[in-house]
Amino acid sequence: MASEKRLRIKTLVMVFAMVVCANAGDLLLKYGMTQIGAVELTPHGLSQAFWQSVRSPTIWLAIFFLIGFMVSYMTVLSWADYSYVMPAGAAGYAVLTFLAVIFLHESVSPRRWVGVVLICVGVLLVGQTKPRTTEVPTEVTA
Amino acid sequence: MIRVTVGLALLILGSTCGEIAITHGMKSVGEPARLRPRAVLQFLGRAVRNGWFWTGVPLMALSFYALLLLLSWEPISLVIPASALSYVAGTLGAKFILGEDVSTARWAGVILVCVGVALVAAG
Repeated sequence: MASEKRLRIKTLVMVFAMVVCANAGDLLLKYGMTQIGAVELTPHGLSQAFWQSVRSPTIWLAIFFLIGFMVSYMTVLSWADYSYVMPAGAAGYAVLTFLAVIFLHESVSPRRWVGVVLICVGVLLVGQTKPRTTEVPTEVTA
Repeated sequence: MIRVTVGLALLILGSTCGEIAITHGMKSVGEPARLRPRAVLQFLGRAVRNGWFWTGVPLMALSFYALLLLLSWEPISLVIPASALSYVAGTLGAKFILGEDVSTARWAGVILVCVGVALVAAG
């Protein structure tokens, strides 16, 4: 059925956007906060960290990606099953491991590789199922 | 031991209940008519006026707070693998609260993802 195929494609595109935004956001946030350095847990230390993070372009870029994640997450949940989107989003863990190996030349333990394989098989299994199993209200035309 | 158990329960139930509330909210808001910036913005406008969305957000914030507390008590290699249980909790919630049809293939996938995430997070 054509609409079934369309539903699957747009769900996968949004899940992909979710995974990219979440990972880019997290990595940029980590990078930005590392630039700022360890935050002292005193009122002065916290306010200093706050102003430094507000002035950091990296942190703003991270926030931009994290908003992108939230928007794509909310959008995909407006038509797809939660039990489809949630496990599919775990593909990010596998992608991050590959990126760490390729770009950061990190060594990955056998245990972690087993985890990556399990995630990939799990995501493929979930991806085979129908993205939507509940009735949703008819599309709201803008 | 008790505080770690309570913390993990808050972490898992907070994020699961929060995401289920948001899913329910988004389903009742209805999907954007098309995936264009204007239609998506209109969708977001409707979404932020939905009560279920604002039920979900504080629950997710509670879960995040529980995560911070747990990380100050226990090593990250214990906390994050344990949080992978939220995949199972979420699927149970999706089936029994949202009424989604979780097939055997989907269950098998969720269990593999749960174990896989726990292994990856443990390093």
